[in-house]
This record gives sequence, C-alpha cells and structure tokens, in this order.
Amino acid sequence: MNIVVCLKQVPKKDSILRIGPDQKWIDERDISYEMSEADAYALEEALRQKEKHGGEVIVISVGPERVRQSIKEALAKGADRAIHLHDPIFDTATDAAAIARSIAAALKDEKCDLIMTGLQSDDYGFAQVGLILAEHLGLPSATIVMEVQPEEGTVRVKRELESGWFQWVRLPMPALLTIQSGINQLRYATLKGIMAAKKKEIREVKAADAGLTADGLKPAQVIERAYLPEKTKRTEFIEGKPADAAAKLVEKLRFDARVI
Amino acid sequence: MSQGILLFIEQRDGVLNRTSFEAMVAAQGIASATGEKLSAVVFGKSIASVASEVAARKLEAVYTVEDNKLAEYTCDGYVAASKQVVEKLDPRFVILSHTYQVRDFAPKLAATLGKTFVTDCVGYRTDGNDVVFTRQIFQGKINTDVRVTGAPPILASFQAGSYRADKAESAESAAPIAPLEINMGDVQIRTQAEPKFQEAKQAVDLSQAPLIVAVGRGIKSQENIEIVQKLAETLGAEIAASRPICDNEWLPMDRQIGSSGQTVSPKLYIAVGISGAIQHVVGMKNAQTIVAINKDAEAPIFDIADYGIVGDLFEIVPALTAEIEKVKGEG
Repeated sequence: MNIVVCLKQVPKKDSILRIGPDQKWIDERDISYEMSEADAYALEEALRQKEKHGGEVIVISVGPERVRQSIKEALAKGADRAIHLHDPIFDTATDAAAIARSIAAALKDEKCDLIMTGLQSDDYGFAQVGLILAEHLGLPSATIVMEVQPEEGTVRVKRELESGWFQWVRLPMPALLTIQSGINQLRYATLKGIMAAKKKEIREVKAADAGLTADGLKPAQVIERAYLPEKTKRTEFIEGKPADAAAKLVEKLRFDARVI
Repeated sequence: MSQGILLFIEQRDGVLNRTSFEAMVAAQGIASATGEKLSAVVFGKSIASVASEVAARKLEAVYTVEDNKLAEYTCDGYVAASKQVVEKLDPRFVILSHTYQVRDFAPKLAATLGKTFVTDCVGYRTDGNDVVFTRQIFQGKINTDVRVTGAPPILASFQAGSYRADKAESAESAAPIAPLEINMGDVQIRTQAEPKFQEAKQAVDLSQAPLIVAVGRGIKSQENIEIVQKLAETLGAEIAASRPICDNEWLPMDRQIGSSGQTVSPKLYIAVGISGAIQHVVGMKNAQTIVAINKDAEAPIFDIADYGIVGDLFEIVPALTAEIEKVKGEG
C-alpha cells in the first residue's frame, strides 16, 4: 500500500510570536520551525500502515529551503522518499486553493492508495488543503480521522464528530484522509534512521516542472492586516513570589469573585 | 451577476444545529451592511420543521433541498447538491457555521466551484461594499483581516461561539419556504457510513461541577499531574484536561474539555499550563471565573482569564494548594 503524506512546516509551538514589520504576517526572524502537529500524526499513521501492509510512504511538502529539515526528519522516521516543491513562486501562493493546486500538480504521476494530511495546520489553520487536493484528484475523502483500517480495495476509518460522537465510514481507495492529532503515539527518529535518511531521495520540483505559473497560483484571499487579538476580559495579573501570589489569588477568589 | 447572501443551515435527523443561528447573526449583519438580501437553504429529507423554524427569522426566503441521497450526511451528496444550489441561486456570499460537517464537505464545494472559502472566521467588517473577514491564525494567538480578491460567490464559515444564537433577528411574518429542484440521479455516493456512536458512556459528567482544575501541556509529564490532582482534591474540585493530556492517556478521555470533549460552565475554572487553543476555549469560556497559570504571558488563555499568574506552574501550584489548605484549616 503506497501512502502520500502532505507535510507542512510551521513555527515551533512555543515560539513567541510578534507581528512583522509589514503587519501582514509574523516576524519570522529568530523563529525556529517544526512539522505541524497534525501532519506529524498523519506521517506516523502512514508509517504504521506501511509496517503492517507493506508499500511505500512518500512525503510531499511546499516551502523554502528550511522545509528540508522537516522532510529529512520524516525520512529519518521511516518515509521512503520525498517531494519538495521549492520555488520562490510558492512563497506567494498563500491560500489553501493555491497550495492544493501545487500539490495536485506535483502528484499527477504518483500512484498511491491513500493520501494523508493533518486535519489543519498550526499556522494558517485553513483545514482545506487536503480536501481541495482530493477534489482536484477526484478522490473520495474523510476528515478528522481517528483510526484507519485498510481492507481489500477499501479503507474503513473512524471519524470524530462533535461532542464525543464517532462514526465509521468506508471509502474506496484511492482516498484522502485528514488525520486528527492524537490518533497514535509519535515515534522519534533513531540514529540508524537518521543515517539511512541520508541516502533517500528528495526530489525537488520547481513550479515550471509541474506546469505551474505565478499567475495560476495567485491567491484569491489575502491577509490585509495581522494583529494581536483584543482581550475580551480584563485580566488581573497577580504578581509576586509563588507563595505571595497564591495568597493574593486565594483572597481574591474568596472575597472578590466569591467562588470558593 | 452574483447577488444576495445564502446561509447554509445544518440539521441532523430533523434537528437544527444551533450554530446555524450564530452564523445567521453574521449573515443578517452582512445583509444589512451591504444591502444584499439574505436567504437560507436546508438540505436533507423530512426537513419541514427545520425550515419553518428558520423561516420565522428575518430573511427573504428559505429554500429546501430534499432527496433520498441527502437523508444521511455524506460528503459526496452534500457537495453535489450544494454545488447545484449555489450555481442556481448565484449568491454573492455563502455563509456557513464552521462545524465538523462543514469542514468535511465545504472545501470540496469551493474547489468544484473554483471559488475561495474563508474558513473559521470570528468576525467581519464592511469596507464600502466589500466584506473583510476576521480569522485567527496560530491557534488564536494572532488575528488577521482577510480580503477576498477572487470572484464571487465567496464562501465564509464562522467559528462556533463567535456570535450569540439568541441575537438572530426574528421577523413579524414568516419568510416563504420554497423547495428547490436539483438533479441527484447521476450522483454517486462513494462512502458508506455506519451508525454514529459514543465511546463508552461518559463516566464523569463535568458539566455540573462547580469547581474545575484543568491541566494542559505545560505539565510536561504524567508524573507531574499529581501536583494538579493535589490542588483539585484540596479545593474539592474535579480535575479536567486539555486534549493533549488525554491523547497521551495521562488522564482518561472523559476528563477532556473542549470541542471534542465536554463543555462546562463552572463557578471557578483554574487552567494550569493550558495555552488556550480555541478548541479548548470553546469548552470552558462560559465559566464564571477563570484563573490561568502559565509561563507564557502571551498565551491566549489570558485573553479570557479573570485572574492570571505568569510563572512556573511547578512553583505556583503547590503554593496555591498550601494556601487553600491553610484557609480551609481556618475555616
């Protein structure tokens, strides 16, 4: 069973985010990056399926040079090869439709049974790229998947619904699945894996190679302004050494808020 | 030329999803600001009562789309039906609530229409005749104003809780309900869904708990949960958690608060090492008093906290436990 995993690299979870000088994005200086969390779970799920059923795991990622770091991490964890969409043209292809079109073009000649993505990225959080990709490739899809059971020619998946409800859905393969964080336990790359990754193929695809142009990837929605959210409540910050802060807080909870 | 606003109403088994009325508040606001006429559409089978509930609100018309292939939700069925509806009515805006169901089909709808979809909005403003949408990035840490440069219809979904359902305006007389004919004959439903179910009956009902101490990723390891447990016990509170804690099985799933767990509104909610990702916040923002303890002063949890302590939870939590013990001893 061959599985393609779409990976996105995003600023690390604990990054202190500041608004950039153009006020349209974050200030990317001093930011370190990592694999978007839900994508890491999608990769792990693909590796587990490969270990059970054989086949190949191919990772694909769009982005600048730094993205290679996350691609290498995926290869070290056990992915077999990678496709890196690497071209300045992709830097401005910032909406979900443009990213999905780029990935669809690069996957045109790949034969796979499943495509997995995280349910949404930790940066933009569009929750769209996977589904638009599925539509371009003519694939059935299931979102927010918590369990994957491949069967003969079909895949049975457990979808998470709202408020603690679930549903099993069967799809013909090939199919696209968006994976929920926490579906499995993530592995770490081993030293052996890291060494093996050095020999694995990372195919670099330029926009022109995939028949893509800057005009064709023009986003249909753009961030006009980025800013810190206004607080909806006035937070009273309590300062001091831990014991003093604790005493002050308890007093406020008892006599101001009167909740304890 | 694309005209008007079309609001998608979500229903399951003939029961209206309340978030549709939240999205209606946004849709009614956009309608009055732009002068566009608002109508709504309901998909399904046996949806007359949902349609009349919607028709009592302030809008021009309610369209119903009924077909056996829409009796149960499927992505293929909904994409095919809604594509025909949008092409037929050609609205300027399609407004949806950002539910799991919308997340499952609406991006495909946008793709097949070749239109853009602004997902998970928390607000909007008008700029002349344009609508600029507000959506959050980096899990609620940063807001953005998003301008659509693509051609209409423009799709936009609103996050649960962005508007209050009870603010949806009613009308003096009911709006007309009109069935829309679509052709589902050739539509192939590729997925087969089994009945939905809940995981082992929820053992703990946190919705009635007056005091909750919740723990998040900041606790770092399972052994450390003990200090939070101690605080909860001392306070006489229930312990709860954000999703990563339950995913790691450090606490059972039935302790999870948020969009995929329980929704609570206690008198007091103490969030320990919880950054406040929107998926968690939707489950607890209606708590009467919220205390946040977090090392990151920029964490979004402080946006909704009444009291905040910025610092090392491994020092603050034991100090708080000791203080509560002391006060109880005086009691």
